[in-house]
Amino acid sequence: MPVFNAKVALAAAMLTVLAAPAYAAKTLVYCSEGSPENFTPALNTTGTSFDAARPVYNQLVEFERGTTKVVPALAESWTVSDDGKEITFKLRKGVKFHSGVNGFTPTREFNADDVLFSFNRQWKEDNPYHKVTGGAYDYFNDMGMPDLLKSIDKVDDYTVKFTLNEPNAPMLANLAMDFGTIMSAEYADYLLKKGTPEQYDQIPVGTGPFQFVAYQKDAVIRYKAFPDYFGGKAALDNLVYAITPDATARYAKLKKGECHVMMAPNPADIQAMKADSTINLLSQPGLNIAYLALNNEKPPFDKKEVRQAFNMAIDKAAIIKDVYQGAGQAAINPIPPTIWSYNTSIKDYPYDPEKAKAMLKDAGVSDPLEIDLWWMPVQRPYNPNAKRIAEMMQSDLAKVGINAKLVSYEWGEYRKRMQEGEHTTGQLGWTGDNGDPDNFFFLLGCPAARKGGQNLAKWCNKDFDALINKARTISDIDERTKLYEQAQVIFKEEAPWFTIAHSVVYEPTRTEVVDYKVSPFGRHEFYGVDLK
Amino acid sequence: MLKLFIRRVALTVPTFVALMFVTFVAVRLVPGDPIEARTGERGIAPERLAALRHDLGLDQPVWKQFLDYVNGLAHGDFGVSIVTKTPVLHEFATLFPATLELSICALLFAVILGIPAGVIAAVKRGGIIDHSVMTVALAGYSMPIFWWGLLLIMFMSEYLGLTPVSGRMDLINYYFEPVTGFMLIDSLLSGQEGAFGAAVAHLILPSIVLGTIPLAVIARMTRSSMLEVLSEDYVRTARAKGLSPLRVVGLHALRNALIPVVTVIGLQTGTLLAGAVLTETIFAWPGVGKWLIESISRRDYPALQGGIMLISGVVILVNLIVDVLYVAINPRIRHGG
Repeated sequence: MPVFNAKVALAAAMLTVLAAPAYAAKTLVYCSEGSPENFTPALNTTGTSFDAARPVYNQLVEFERGTTKVVPALAESWTVSDDGKEITFKLRKGVKFHSGVNGFTPTREFNADDVLFSFNRQWKEDNPYHKVTGGAYDYFNDMGMPDLLKSIDKVDDYTVKFTLNEPNAPMLANLAMDFGTIMSAEYADYLLKKGTPEQYDQIPVGTGPFQFVAYQKDAVIRYKAFPDYFGGKAALDNLVYAITPDATARYAKLKKGECHVMMAPNPADIQAMKADSTINLLSQPGLNIAYLALNNEKPPFDKKEVRQAFNMAIDKAAIIKDVYQGAGQAAINPIPPTIWSYNTSIKDYPYDPEKAKAMLKDAGVSDPLEIDLWWMPVQRPYNPNAKRIAEMMQSDLAKVGINAKLVSYEWGEYRKRMQEGEHTTGQLGWTGDNGDPDNFFFLLGCPAARKGGQNLAKWCNKDFDALINKARTISDIDERTKLYEQAQVIFKEEAPWFTIAHSVVYEPTRTEVVDYKVSPFGRHEFYGVDLK
Repeated sequence: MLKLFIRRVALTVPTFVALMFVTFVAVRLVPGDPIEARTGERGIAPERLAALRHDLGLDQPVWKQFLDYVNGLAHGDFGVSIVTKTPVLHEFATLFPATLELSICALLFAVILGIPAGVIAAVKRGGIIDHSVMTVALAGYSMPIFWWGLLLIMFMSEYLGLTPVSGRMDLINYYFEPVTGFMLIDSLLSGQEGAFGAAVAHLILPSIVLGTIPLAVIARMTRSSMLEVLSEDYVRTARAKGLSPLRVVGLHALRNALIPVVTVIGLQTGTLLAGAVLTETIFAWPGVGKWLIESISRRDYPALQGGIMLISGVVILVNLIVDVLYVAINPRIRHGG
């Protein structure tokens, strides 16, 4: 009997391979890397979860696919008051919510109540959903929304007014982030009456281009096109996320056509992908930076000359070549070149060990200087191998009389200790959230230089701080750009960081995929994508 | 028999208590903090960190957390996952069928190939066949699962195109709701043509990978046990009676030689479940192994604790059954028991 079974199995296997049934429906399979925690972006912090919720939902304003540009979405237009403290959104009319998901049939179209509900859930403790599914709204809080918001008011069914305590230019970009997702107030009521509010975050109902069908943890998420989508029905009929944690397996599936788009390829596979005629290897500089922070609170790094000498002592080109292997470009400024206000006139410090040595001597640094060099214990998109980078830096530094001791901790511990300022020098990086330069510059601001803050150079320069604070309150892009360009001049002169690299993000897709765009934010979006 | 059974069951109680304590402590010894792991790279304010920790009861002294945990377990409550906010028992129950299905297939693969291989090696002792079987078994035993899995994917799926790369089902062409959680059954129930074949095809590679170590162990055990039995007097008598070699080996010797093999098969449950952690990750197999790996990376204490407890529970239970079964098929044990 068992032998018979094995035979049947083998035969069946051959059959399925040879004669897969032909389907007319267009189904795109995306090989993702992990399971979402739930489908409510406001509750989450991981890209995996955001990607899973994105087909189902919309925000008031959104990033144009493949760019960092903010465009209208559920809000058709907006006006900012003269003092910059009031933003009034005109909402789109005739937007429908998904029907039939979890037994829910909407009786009305999207309106201001949904906007209020979506933000009040995160903001107001008395909202009935505030505590549902753990009730931690990390992004809403970390973006400083509770301090920034004075009120959110419904002017009429299709007008919502946000009143701020102070003008804030990045506000629109913030609202385009995933925590600004607009969910259905009516669906929330429906589940509350049924006594199952926690389903709100597990079985999503939105206005987005795809309607949720089913989710099996660790296996698959299914969506189908929403025919009444306000932007027009998606070209794809079905969208499937095949959860595949191993990068090698993802690549194998892509090659075999078991999925059409995969995320995060192994850097080692990039060359083979370039050579593969069935694969389109898309790429774009990532919205990120890897850097080595020099702790200004620890001598001799309180001296500008020492920091400058440090910048000249390390061979950056060698790091880019050896560690990034073509998947990165040397970083000069504290922001990536894909973001507006990047100052192209700034020159990087040259690699000049002789001059570095001389400068250290002039600065009165005793030879040899003992420092520690912290390296992150994990791979990040902006830094594929922190240890290797640290080793290369160590050998470069030795040549100018600096003895660097390599130090690392468990990831959580590492960040905590660095934020406390225990290191003398240490590697870290940042990936942008919203395409606004402020999202990078705040990492070097004075408030973040406090113990426990995210300014890891513990560098507080009054002139720099004044510039970025002023820029934050102005809504005119040209004016802000000027201020940020000046700030970058100060940054380079003062050299609180050794800027390492901006990584290049690769996204392999199959050649039959049409119009897939790489997102600078590392998002994966499928509305507007088609299959040949 | 009953006395033995009761004694074995009684023994499992202290085992469980010890297990409970060890997992609780070990899980907390893993460096890292669930809150930090959850909030990723974003630096969050110390006050909010404290509030989150309070919500999860992580600000309590460890002994208090332990008592709460034991109290919960006593009421059948394995806690709630920090990450997904769903009860651990529920998550386990939805994922375990996938692991069970894979483990059964892997074990079938190991038994169906392992026992005949061991028998043939024993009968042809010292010959080329014997040496080849033993060499292959040793290789299979020492092969790292991760490497073996990727090797098979490369050869079978990519190069020959015979099997799917990973997952449990062909997602492009089939869709049906899980009913039992066992893909072989659900695909039949779905009534979709070709779905069962696709389910079988997806099972082949992971079953081979997961079954390789048990296969090697079973083959070796069968061989040595068989060799011992073949030198017994009754086998010699049977041969002297002029019975065909096939009847001697198949009927007389094998029955007795299999007794220790049953124990070994029972002991392999642990190996299977441990191997499932890696196999499931490579083949994107949505079972408890993959779930545990994810729980570790997210420092999801309740999921990790509950998962380890439940899996260990399964291993202990299977071993208990095997022990009892062993006595049932081997009368000689009874007197000693």
